[in-house]
Amino acid sequence: MKLKASITAWLLFAGLVISKSAAGQDTIKVGVLHSLSGTMAISETTLKDTILMMIDAQNKKGGLLGKKLEAVVVDPASNWPLFAEKAAQLLEKDKVAVVFGCWTSVSRKSVLPVFEKDNGLLFYPVQYEGEESSKNVIYTGAAPNQQAIPAVDYLMKDVGVKRWVLEGTDYVYPRTTNKILEAYLKAKGVKPEDISINYTPFGHSDWQTRVAAIKKFGSAGKKTAVVSTINGDANVPFYKELGNQKISAEQIPVVAFSVGEEELSGLDTKPLLGHLAAWNYFESISTPANKAFIAQWHTFIKNQKRTTNDPMEAHYIGFNLWVKAVEKAKSTDVEKVLTALPGLETPNLTGGIAKVLPNHHITKPVYIGEVKADGQFNVVWKSAGTVPGDAWSDFLPGSKDIDADWVTLKCGNYNRVTKKCSGQNYK
Amino acid sequence: MKFLPSGGQWVWTLLLAPWILFPIQAQPPTDAAFLSTLGELREASYSEKETIAERLSKTGHPSVRAVLTGFMEDRLCFRNSDRKVFLVKSNEGDSLNLADPLTLKDAGFASADSLTKIGTNNGLRHVLRTTIAHFALSSPDVSVRMEAVREMQQSLDEPTVALLRERSGVETNPGVKNEIATGLALASLDGSDPNARLEAVATLGKSVSQVVRNRLALLLENESDAKVRRAAAAAVATIDQWRTFYSAIETLFFGLSLGSVLVLIAIGLAITFGVMGVINMAHGELMMLGAYTTYAVQTAMPGHIGLSVLVAIPAAFLVSGSTGVLLERTIIRFLYGRPLETLLATFGVSLFLQQSVRSIFSALNRSVVTPEWMSGSLRLNDALTITYNRLYIVIFTLLVFSLILAVLKRTRIGLDIRAVSQNRAMAKAMGIRTEWVDAMTFGLGSGIAGVAGVALSQLTNVGPNLGQSYIIDSFMVVVFGGVGNLWGSLIGGMSMGVLNKLLEPYAGAVLAKIFVLVALILFIQARPRGLFPQAGRAAEDK
Repeated sequence: MKLKASITAWLLFAGLVISKSAAGQDTIKVGVLHSLSGTMAISETTLKDTILMMIDAQNKKGGLLGKKLEAVVVDPASNWPLFAEKAAQLLEKDKVAVVFGCWTSVSRKSVLPVFEKDNGLLFYPVQYEGEESSKNVIYTGAAPNQQAIPAVDYLMKDVGVKRWVLEGTDYVYPRTTNKILEAYLKAKGVKPEDISINYTPFGHSDWQTRVAAIKKFGSAGKKTAVVSTINGDANVPFYKELGNQKISAEQIPVVAFSVGEEELSGLDTKPLLGHLAAWNYFESISTPANKAFIAQWHTFIKNQKRTTNDPMEAHYIGFNLWVKAVEKAKSTDVEKVLTALPGLETPNLTGGIAKVLPNHHITKPVYIGEVKADGQFNVVWKSAGTVPGDAWSDFLPGSKDIDADWVTLKCGNYNRVTKKCSGQNYK
Repeated sequence: MKFLPSGGQWVWTLLLAPWILFPIQAQPPTDAAFLSTLGELREASYSEKETIAERLSKTGHPSVRAVLTGFMEDRLCFRNSDRKVFLVKSNEGDSLNLADPLTLKDAGFASADSLTKIGTNNGLRHVLRTTIAHFALSSPDVSVRMEAVREMQQSLDEPTVALLRERSGVETNPGVKNEIATGLALASLDGSDPNARLEAVATLGKSVSQVVRNRLALLLENESDAKVRRAAAAAVATIDQWRTFYSAIETLFFGLSLGSVLVLIAIGLAITFGVMGVINMAHGELMMLGAYTTYAVQTAMPGHIGLSVLVAIPAAFLVSGSTGVLLERTIIRFLYGRPLETLLATFGVSLFLQQSVRSIFSALNRSVVTPEWMSGSLRLNDALTITYNRLYIVIFTLLVFSLILAVLKRTRIGLDIRAVSQNRAMAKAMGIRTEWVDAMTFGLGSGIAGVAGVALSQLTNVGPNLGQSYIIDSFMVVVFGGVGNLWGSLIGGMSMGVLNKLLEPYAGAVLAKIFVLVALILFIQARPRGLFPQAGRAAEDK
């Protein structure tokens, strides 16, 4: 016991020396963990640039706590084990105060143990499947109840959809989201024969059979819609096939959760006209804050044609929240920042306030837009006010009794029935 | 809402302003009603807009069709300064050419910022389309009339049926006449006379459309007359039979079109890997170069999208082909006979090509527009449609294949290639410049990869990762077909495509792919040399 105490004391001392020497440089290091090469580079490079822009702007305002911010950019190259390695490097070697990063759920799951072991702080900016709440992660993207559920509600109530095709790429986000949606639809009285769930491999490019099947499923005389969790690259051939088989958005609308302005900028929008997307941000929403953000982005990236998108806004919110938390805690110490974060508020770009909840998710407005010919969205529906992010879905039998609360319960996985916390890991 | 009355008055004053200014111009009363109804669109919600659109169509104003069509195509807007509604005729950059909604005459230009678009959503556009279909019934264009009748079949209310009946008397085109008869028969299923219903069922029994089948199935449930019910049951059974038959043909076509994509991406490899024995991991990236060439050509000739794809074919052949020759001269020729090193070196080249494309064109996908003649589908009947892009790719693949075959079998360079691949030493002894032939062969294979890239740009994303997703498939086809045999690649690719598509409806896309892979592994176990093994001494060395 004594030995352990002395080791702890020694380690503390060593830590102090190291942190002192780090402080001597008078910068606060901000880790950026986004793939700059490989399959995910297409989406993640933009997010890296967003954080660099935010850091740049913050430094121009005089930095934070009197120090300049310094970005530490690493490239995990769309390789999931490498994500964990690079996260460890950021936390252990570079001693960054905070990390902004990850896109896919698998990359987040792979860095999670590292952040929990080293007690780091990660801001995760992408919509995801939920069923998770870590002490060390702030989820600034949408949980299913902030994107998928409102979209389905819109189709059910405003469009009158009676038959559902849940079409997804075969990996964790679509599978979990579709499980939640299926349970939700059944709870709303949709019969099992009116739901069709299908998965296709990553990068699926031959959609003939699937689209023909959707056409057949949709010709039963009831209004049909497709809820798509198809991953980025497979979307273009999917929409092209829909267009070629003459299935228009008027007949069978497709609502997508991962098609945004950035993805649309790389494709011919003709076959997509009128199809829907559900997000918490659209570039086309005209508010002064959004206009200023777009102008700032164009200046920073030196390209007037670059679009802005939802995960970028999530990083914008996340960065501002972190700055506020550091100012409130008067320290970049992760424990102090994590204590300061819940309850903090910062304005969204599209109006409304993002507030950090005790479950480490935030409040977000929900928008549904139809694709226009110029690759932007025409907002056809928006939520009344903001929707608080729910870490554990209320529609899955395994997770409806589970609460996440890092303020009073100090637990990300608290079962209300058994009154047990299964630890800070989600499983 | 509370601003509406005052806003309304203001609008009225403005709408009336032209009358006050130009009192000479006599306005028939319907113009004023039309304009005021049109004006309501500015503040209406989507569901209110639907009823307004219906009221507009009832005004019977001569320009209503043009206005509703413009509305459907998102070309209706109002000027912010005086809230006057305009149709947008065309736009050149930021400046829009406007037309007056009443007279449809040119109303000059205005900047996009000074106008507010009157938005539509899917539901509204659907209502508009059905409304416009009523007008399109008398269009001189047969296909427009056909579409209109099909549109009307979906909402058969009293006035629609009356319109169809009226049209059936004057319609001359047999196809459209048939569709009208179907529509009228569908409507008379609701009638009270059992004989009329029986007659309608008899008419509908000839159709193969899903709409008709659903309607008849519904009739089966509610029909009281036994004779009609029996006829309907028979009709449903016949329709189902035909639909099963056509869906089998459809599946076959899906399989052939997937197969032809596989063949197309494999032909190039069949030459470089099959004939030369070079394991070229950068084959996919050569296809990617072809796809990017299509993008570049399209960007260079923005006015001629339809032509650009055709121009891109030789351009892509040249770009990828010369890259191939360069690759062969600088790297591969030093590595002949060392497959492992070739594999690693070409893999490195593939990464290099990917990253350079990423640096030049950015990591984002590039948008290649599908030309008009390649989009849409060929409708053979109600149960069978074939998409044009797939159809063209099947034809294109067969063309490319026969061209390559002709080059190999009928030309001097083909003779040289075959000679070198069969016996290098002997060919050299006969005076063939084997080094030159190697470069040309590799260039030919790479060029074909580029041509495949042009086809892929019409099917999928044009991005730095395009090649990666196809390289495995192309190797599979070549190995399955038998290394060194072009016919093997053709038969192999086609049968893999058909097998995949036969399995997909039952097993799902993921499992179907796995089954095909497992079947391939088992097949290779049994016949390691593929479907059509190369015979003779040369094969022994490989």
